Amino acid sequence: MLMCREATRLMSLKQDKILTLREKMALRLHLSMCRDCRHCARQFDLLHNISDHHPASRISSRKTLDD
Amino acid sequence: MPHSATFAAAHFTQLRPRLVAFARLQLRDSTAAEDAVQETLLTAFEKSATFEGRSEFETWVFGILKYKILNQLRQQRRQGTWQPLGLDLDDDTLDRLFQQDGHWQSAARPSHWGEPEQVLENQRFWQVFDACLIALPENIARVFTLRELMGLSTTEICKETGITETNCWVILHRARLRLRECLDHGWLN
Repeated sequence: MLMCREATRLMSLKQDKILTLREKMALRLHLSMCRDCRHCARQFDLLHNISDHHPASRISSRKTLDD
Repeated sequence: MPHSATFAAAHFTQLRPRLVAFARLQLRDSTAAEDAVQETLLTAFEKSATFEGRSEFETWVFGILKYKILNQLRQQRRQGTWQPLGLDLDDDTLDRLFQQDGHWQSAARPSHWGEPEQVLENQRFWQVFDACLIALPENIARVFTLRELMGLSTTEICKETGITETNCWVILHRARLRLRECLDHGWLN
């Protein structure tokens, strides 16, 4: 049974490589039962998207030009 | 449509502070960051490229900056001013955040941040993010920024730093846990 500590390792690893099927299933099962880890997973996803949104490196998009 | 030199000159002034901020997060040294930006601007001036618009221009300049930053890192490695270490065995991140049985420590339980789109538009979030990133131990921060700000794959990071991919994953796990913890405390509270 996957515990939170190990679940966060897989959530992090998921940002850097494709998980094995077994890892994916274990993580999915854990997330379905654990709200704390669901929050953590979303935050790791968000941290993975920072380069597109960081005020320093954010490329002026059409949206910004219209603002 | 705006063209090369005049267009570039007008936008460099505007872009410069952001280039410096970006370089500083990666190089963690003001002088090195200024140097990288200076070289970037020189290179950008020398090359006469034509741009359709602002976003294309910015993407191009940031591309040059990333290349200069990698050069600086290589130089720092050669000069021995930055020694990428393997794993810090004294690092207690995981033991601090999790109980013996693998559950979150009650004080470390992640809170809800709200909708990602709103978070990413929040200015305060980015102020805390930069502060949290600067507060990370150097090696952890560098691997994290190479991955998430510079967009290198873990395989490329291994090549640049000489650490193993397994260690890279362990470091990134710690970096993400520490950043989200820091953001939880500094931003929401």
